[in-house]
Formats: sequence, structure tokens, C-alpha cells
Amino acid sequence: MSAAPPSSLPRWADVVVLPAANLLAAFILSGLVVVAIGENPFQAMSILVTGAFGNAESIGYTLYYATNFVFTGLAVAIAFHAGLFNIGGEGQAYIGGLGVGLACLWLGGLLPAPIMVPVAILAGAAFGAAWATVPAYLQAYRGSHIVITTIMFNFIAASVMTYLMVNVLIKPGQQSPESHEFAAAATLPRLHEMAESFGLEMATSPLNLAFVWALLCAGWYHLFLWRTRWGYEIRAVGANETAAIYAGISPARITILVMAISGALAGFVALNELMGVHYRIILNFTGGYGFVGIAVALIGRNRALGICLASLLFGALYQGGSELSLDMPTVTRELVVVIQGLVILFCGALENVFRGRIAQLFRRLTPAAA
Amino acid sequence: MADQIKSEASPSVAAPAVELIGIDKRFGAVHANRAVSLRIAVGSIHGIIGENGAGKSTLMSILYGYYQADAGEIRIAGKPVHIGNSHDALAHGIGMVHQHFMLVDPFTVLENVMLGVEGGYLLAAGAAQARAELQRLQRDYKLEVDLDTPVGELPVGLQQRVEILKALYRGAQVLILDEPTGVLTPQEADHLFRILRALRDEGKTVILITHKLREILEVTDRVTVMRQGAVVAERATRDTTKEELAELMVGRKVLLRVEKSPAKPGPVVLEVRGLTVIDGAGVRRVKDVSFDVRAGEIVGIAGVSGNGQSELLEALSGIRRASSGTVKIKGSECGVTHTIDPRAMRALGLAHVPEDRQRMGLVTAFAINESAILGYHDDKRYNGPLLMDRDKIIDLCGRQMGDYDVRPPDPRLRTAALSGGNQQKVVLAREFDRDPELLLVGQPTRGVDIGAIEFIHRRLIAMRDAGKAVLLVSVELDEILSLADRILVMFDGRVVGEVAPAQATEQKLGLMMAGASEAAA
Repeated sequence: MSAAPPSSLPRWADVVVLPAANLLAAFILSGLVVVAIGENPFQAMSILVTGAFGNAESIGYTLYYATNFVFTGLAVAIAFHAGLFNIGGEGQAYIGGLGVGLACLWLGGLLPAPIMVPVAILAGAAFGAAWATVPAYLQAYRGSHIVITTIMFNFIAASVMTYLMVNVLIKPGQQSPESHEFAAAATLPRLHEMAESFGLEMATSPLNLAFVWALLCAGWYHLFLWRTRWGYEIRAVGANETAAIYAGISPARITILVMAISGALAGFVALNELMGVHYRIILNFTGGYGFVGIAVALIGRNRALGICLASLLFGALYQGGSELSLDMPTVTRELVVVIQGLVILFCGALENVFRGRIAQLFRRLTPAAA
Repeated sequence: MADQIKSEASPSVAAPAVELIGIDKRFGAVHANRAVSLRIAVGSIHGIIGENGAGKSTLMSILYGYYQADAGEIRIAGKPVHIGNSHDALAHGIGMVHQHFMLVDPFTVLENVMLGVEGGYLLAAGAAQARAELQRLQRDYKLEVDLDTPVGELPVGLQQRVEILKALYRGAQVLILDEPTGVLTPQEADHLFRILRALRDEGKTVILITHKLREILEVTDRVTVMRQGAVVAERATRDTTKEELAELMVGRKVLLRVEKSPAKPGPVVLEVRGLTVIDGAGVRRVKDVSFDVRAGEIVGIAGVSGNGQSELLEALSGIRRASSGTVKIKGSECGVTHTIDPRAMRALGLAHVPEDRQRMGLVTAFAINESAILGYHDDKRYNGPLLMDRDKIIDLCGRQMGDYDVRPPDPRLRTAALSGGNQQKVVLAREFDRDPELLLVGQPTRGVDIGAIEFIHRRLIAMRDAGKAVLLVSVELDEILSLADRILVMFDGRVVGEVAPAQATEQKLGLMMAGASEAAA
């Protein structure tokens, strides 16, 4: 009763109308940017959309990008539910890649694929989790703020990987820092290849089995958070730490647990990138996916379905954006990043700018008597 | 600037200071104010009483410009006015002291008062002027507080005085206080009432919003009773009684004192010996406390808030580590000095209704059925091998809500959607439902409606009569006196004495709570 907040929106409006309004604002502003450089914004928009969804091949690419965002979005979101802001998805994905890569390089020739793939998944999860657990420990038992430590661990991860790639893992006699290629058993089949073996036609794209794993992770995420006692404890710590302590839940233990899970999820990016596409360890394969995961989690409201949809959006922006910079040379790669930035700005940082106005509109539209 | 408004207010004796005519306000489906009319005389203390949700705060928010009324008129000193925001309200001489203070902790008292009315780009000149004006206000109204202390270092009672000073400094002739004693000790409340009387005697008008009957009777001249958004009665305070006001507020007869049979104490359930608790800052909060609680009795711990009761409860329930001493529940040692484990304490048959339900007892962001298993979420009956048994949790929660008359009885609602009294019933239902041997109960009726208080008190007596050991901590002396079979008084971390309720008077307990020894009292 006291100070009824202007945010009292029905739930569906909170989930659908608000993000739609934010997206629209981002695209309008992006359109103005396109106008400013002298191009037709409607044409640019149409290239972006057809580039992302125009044919089966482009859809495949969009979903391939989306796969990475599902992993990193879930990673950020699960930590968020415990009240932790994990900015270290990038580094955790990178180190997870080290785990996946080492497993594939060492065991790829020895194990058959049905065993090799689960082992690689475990290795990626373990390395990512271990990398995230260090800041978690520092937060839980030493009081170092996790935002600061996870940021620093991104830099450490980048430096460690550069050192290892240049000095240890590089394939001898080569200029660019890449490892040996993985054995065939240590790669994930592309979905179009799998479809072919069932006699189905599918457009060629880098979309691979990791996509299915990402969807499984999203389903698991939902069940784990909302239907298990561990998820209950995580949410309790995030929503009210004092009440959690009262209930006998240790926030320190939850911090470690949830960051380990978060790091493991981020580490799965390597499945898609290394085992699914590059078939070797390369430098900077994480390409900022870890950071975009923060925006994905924000836009997806930390819910499994929301994160999948937000991942699709960013997958489309990545794929459609690169088509755009090909077809409209004046719209450079950098300008596409600007558009992505505007989407993040409106859907993430400014997510509540329209809330008051929309709530007002709803109040006016709903009959006062009830 | 205060003088100027003062001089024009005093001659208009005939017109009321504030007149509200037919104020109506809806929030969606909620009809918060129904055609409320109210006249408040100049130079009076006017109480507005009603249960939570009766519309008192909404009405005052309209007067202070936070909300706009859907219909109705506001007149100040006889003239119709439009109050669009708190600036307008201040311009018409209306000041408000909020329940939750609006102060900047690191700023000094002087800086807080000046905030927003600095009087120029450079502070020095304005500050000197403000200091002189504040010193005058302090003299006139007994509002002593050191102007150069950072507000964050002041106790809440003094912070409240800063809020009053702020309003007066801005020229308030009408002062609205929203539940001002919720955070105060009895002594601080008494001092506040002296200040309010001084303000009245100087010709200011005070509107006091509260749900505490005692305060109304003690300090107001007239009282308006609200129920379900409407004014149901107005009385001259000297012509009314506690019982009449309670009945008007709730709409039915209310028992202000629970009826109970004599206790039949059984064996000792809780045995505390030499318990000492040192907090994170190294301060000894609980000092060498020893007592027993037997089955079938309620032991009440009286004391001014902040004298170690909270820390005692936290140590006994396993939330906070004790630094020395022993605690035994039914003869088995609990190891409170080396383990911190509320789960282990629960397993020994302890249930704990914490003092602050919103901060500790519930997760307000959770659905009610999730809050209703807090602390018992590991229990076998709520869990399958992997997933929680959601249907069963909702089912059990629905039954508890029915038993404890929680309204609305929908386990899927968010916990925050319940009123304070109903939230408290959810906590009580959860803790009592386990059939515990030992009950720790802190402030069971803080911020709870009168109707719910009666219900909660009867439940506590019923637990006692069922042979449970109950330790009750409350800063409400009435509550201790009417429920407890034995009363321990805590002061400065120690138990300073034990009194049988038959021999206890508020005065005697008050002296002990203020640190006088039992012998002296």
C-alpha cells in the first residue's frame, strides 16, 4: 500500500511488452545511426533480418552463435540467482577450452567418440568450474568482491592461454599459435551431417551437437533452480541471505557451489567452438561471448526460456550483422557492434526506462472498478 | 522564514489547520480511502488510528502530495489548496516525519537539515544562519541534538529528532508523524511525546498516525478511527477508552488480555549456563546469562530493545556462535560455542520464530509455499529423490494457511503480498507445525494488527498448555505481562532479575529494564 511503485505490471507484460518496447527503441536509434552514415535504415534492417533468418543456412549460423550465448547466459544467470555477479564468463570459457582441448589432444586418438565426448564435457566443466571457484573462495571466505576478482581472472586467463598457446601447445613449425588438430573421435558432428545420415537434407552450417547440449543445459537449469532443494537454497541466499542463514543454509558453501556450476556452464562454450568448429585450440576463441552472456541473462530475466530467446536474438544480431557488413560496406563491422551495444544498453542497462509509462498505460486501459 | 508563517497562522483560530473533505482514492481494485472527511484544529495533537491497511498512510500521503486524490478537497487554514507534490505541501506549512527516516548517514545533523535549502552556492553563510535558527528551535521545543555529529552515529531516537528539526526548519506548521514510535524504546517514546506537547503548546498542529492505542490515549487531544478506508468514528481522547477504540478499529469486541490457566511446569527443557556472546565488532552482547525453561511454561524476557535479547535468541537457535557457556536441550549438550548450525538445533526439537520476520523469518520474494518450508526444505516429506514434491508442499502450506487463518489463503502468492500479520502467521504455522519441544519466540506481534495479536497470543498459550517450553522475547511490556509465567529482565547483556507476573508492575519492570537492580526496584 505504501508508495505503490509505478512498476506494478502484469507478469506477461513484464516478460513480453517491456522487452519488445526496449528492442524497438534500440532498433529505432540504430536506424538513426544508419541514416547518419547515409544508408537506408529499412534496407539495412531487412538485410539484417534476412541475413539471420532468410534461409536454412543463415538460420544454422544464427543457432550456432546462439549456442554460445545459451551457455554463457545460463552461467551468468545462475550466479545471479545467488546474488553473485559473475563477470568472469569469458575467462571461465577460455580455461574451460583448455580442459576440453587437453582432453581431446591427449585422449582423442585413444577413446571412441561415445566415451570421448562425455570425457571432454567433464573436462571443460571441471576446468571452467575450477577457474570460477577461486574467486568464489575469495568472496566466501576472504571477503574479496567477486565482481573485481572475476574481472581480474579474465585477464589472467587470457595471459595464461596466450603463454600456453605460444610456448607449449603450439603445433611445431607453425607461425600462428594453434594446437594440433583433434582426432575425429574428439569432434562434435555437425547437425547437417547427422541429418544426412538419416537421409534428410539440411543446409551446411557450423551448427553442431553442442546446440543440443545447450538446450539440455537450459532444461536442466530450470529444473535445478526451481524444483530441487539445492536450487531452493541458491535462490534463498540470493533473495535474503539472513533468512538463508536462519534456515541453516551456509552462504559461503552456496557461493562456491553456484560459481562452480557457473564456471562449468561457461566452459561449455569450448564444446561448440573447439570441438564443433575449429577442431583445435586457438587463441581468443571465446570472442566476447562471455561478456555478451551478461546481457543475455539480463534480457532473459534469468529464466531458462528467456535466456534461450535472448540467445536467439544475439545469435541473429551476430549472423545478420556480419551479412550486413558484407552487403553494405559502409556499415562496417564496428557499426554492427554499435547496434549490438544499443540493444544491450536498452534491454540491459536501461531496462526500466519505459516501465513507468507502460504501467501508466496499463492502468488507463484496465477498468478501475473491480 | 519559520517566523513569517507562524505569525499568519496564529490569528486564524476559527478555521481548522487542515480540513479534508470527501477524499476518495483507489489503487486498481483497492479502495484505499472512501469519502474521508476530517477537521484538525490548530494547536492540537490529532491521532489517526487504524489497523494496517485501514488507509491512514494513504490519506496522509495525499495530504503530503505523494498521491493525488481521485475526488475531494484539501483546505489549509480555511483555504482550498492543490498539493501536487511534497514541495507544495511544505509551501503550505505541512511537514512529514516518515516511518523510515530520509537522512544521509555520513552527513552531520546540520548538513542534513540544510540539505535542499542550503541558501546559496557557498555553504558557510547558509550554515551559520541555519545553526542559529536550529539552536532557537532546539531551545523552544526541547529538541536537543548535537548539530555536528554525523547522523549515522546517532541512536534512532535522536535521528527522529533530526527529522522533526528538518520539518520545522522548513517552516512546518502542521507536522505529520507516521508510526513514530515503531523504532523507539519506551523512554525515547516518552521523550518524543514531551516534544510533541511542547510543539502543540507553541501553536503547532501535530497529526499522529499509529496503531498503538496507548500512544493515542497518552498524547492526543482528539482521535479519528479508520477502518477499511473510511472514518468510522471521531472522539475527544479524554472521552474514550482503550477498549472502545480497539473495538472501533477491528469492528468487533477484542480481548486485550488473553485468558489463561495457571502454568503446570514440567521437567527442564532448555538449560542455559554462563552464556556469553561476543559480536563481530568485539562487543560483549550477552554476558554470563543462566536460566532454565521448563516444559509447559512461558518464560518472558523483558528489556529495552538492544540489550542482548536478539543475540541471545540467535545464539540459542544456532545462528550466532557463543563465545562461552553451555546450552542443553532436554539434557543434551548443543555445542553452541563451536558449531553454528541452525539445522542441528531444529533436529533437537527447537523451533524459532525470529524477531524480524521480513529480514530473517521469510523470503519475501518467494512464493508463500516456499517461505513455508524455510529451514525445513531438506525434510524428507518435501523431497523426492531429486526433485522437490511441489504438489505436497503447496498442499501442506494450504492446510497450514487454513489452520492459521492466513488471508488470502493462496499458497502460490508471493510472500510479500501478505500483510504483516498474515506473514507472521505463516512463520508461526511453519514453526508450530513441527510439534517442537522448545519454542524460541521473538517479538511475535511486532507490527501486527490487533485482531491477529489476539490470535497469536492464544496460539502461544495453546502451545504452552500442550506442554511445550516457550521462551518469549518482547519489548512490549503488555505482551510479557499478559503471556509470561516467569519474567526475566535483561539489561546491558545480563539478566538483572526475575519477577513473577503477579508481583510485576510496569513501573517495577521499567526500572529494572533501565538498569536499576532488583533490590533497588
